[in-house]
Amino acid sequence: MEYILEVNNVSKKYDTFALKDVSFKLPKGMIMGFIGENGAGKTTTIKIILDIIKTYEGNIKIFGQDKNTELNKDIGVVLDDAFFPEILTPKDIDIIMQDIYENWDSKLYNDYLNKFNLQNKPIKTFSKGMRKKLEIITALSHHPKLLILDEPTSGLDPVGRSEIIDIFQDFIQNEDCSILFSTHITTDLEHIADYITFINNGEIVLSKTSDEILNNFGIVKCSEKEFKKVDKKDYLKYRLNACDYELLVENKKDFKKKYDFKIIDKITLDELMVMMIKGE
Amino acid sequence: MEIIISNDSKIPIYEQIKEQIKSKIITNDLKEGNILPSIRTLAKDLRCSVITTKNAYEELEKEGYIKSMPGKGFFVCEINKDLAKEEQLNKIEVLLDKAIDIAKINGITKKEIKEIIDILYEEDK
Repeated sequence: MEYILEVNNVSKKYDTFALKDVSFKLPKGMIMGFIGENGAGKTTTIKIILDIIKTYEGNIKIFGQDKNTELNKDIGVVLDDAFFPEILTPKDIDIIMQDIYENWDSKLYNDYLNKFNLQNKPIKTFSKGMRKKLEIITALSHHPKLLILDEPTSGLDPVGRSEIIDIFQDFIQNEDCSILFSTHITTDLEHIADYITFINNGEIVLSKTSDEILNNFGIVKCSEKEFKKVDKKDYLKYRLNACDYELLVENKKDFKKKYDFKIIDKITLDELMVMMIKGE
Repeated sequence: MEIIISNDSKIPIYEQIKEQIKSKIITNDLKEGNILPSIRTLAKDLRCSVITTKNAYEELEKEGYIKSMPGKGFFVCEINKDLAKEEQLNKIEVLLDKAIDIAKINGITKKEIKEIIDILYEEDK
């Protein structure tokens, strides 16, 4: 498989927080959702990939090459905490970007503006959703091969989020293009992400295809008596609730074969996150 | 191509896609030589991941329903309709077997079961 982005054993220490040995790979033509709690290390990892944070241990390869500034022209970026000055209009951005990117596609940019109904007014008059869309179409309009977005859907309403998901699926119609996007709104990812990488407390807990997670992982609900019968190696985490035990299992079918428990539910990414973080 | 996916179902999405395409082939809705939408187009149309549609197509290919032509796409194969129908009949048999088990345990007669089938069959029309 050809990878568009490889993060190998990346570590970075801060006083109160550390990234520990972070590794994952994003194949060509795929969407990867990067999930985790606020403060788990998503933004730090993204800033390292983008060379905004420059000192770290480990190695990052983009398009198969060691990271270097030459590659930036093929990367589209949307960060959570950066934006254009509020007095600018979409037309101003068009002019500025023509100078910055040699492959800036003014026509594509204007097509997107029309499609999303973004009028040529100062950005300060834009709603949060309109600003986010403007950022994303700006990131797309120099024909990047890799799109990296930090929380692109946070703060948007469901309709706005769904429009953005559409843009993502349009983008990967070209099978040379990939997307890495971080979010804590996992429902956005559940269906369209090909891979899910889950970071917790600076460490990668899991990086798998979303089909593998959604089709195989499950939540077993059982009584204390039943729980005591279960071999420790047959579940990843467990939680004791007021009325029942919940077990996170990696393969519903295997578990069902071995134990004759009644309730094995399919899992959502939200439940997976909660079980991984709160479970024992 | 009409495919209806339930996100609520216990059946994995790739399997839902696979079964629906299969039944279109069996019922001649999709004919030999018809081209299927690309993996990426279908993923976008169904709002699912590329890997999901890829899995569905790969399984259909393995089972001989479709064939990939590199650079061109996926095409419907000539299938043995009898064999395909046989497969579906087997599935029905398994399900009916369960129903009959329940009937026998509870003293329900063959006639009563047939009546249920008649009613259900008409309802679906």
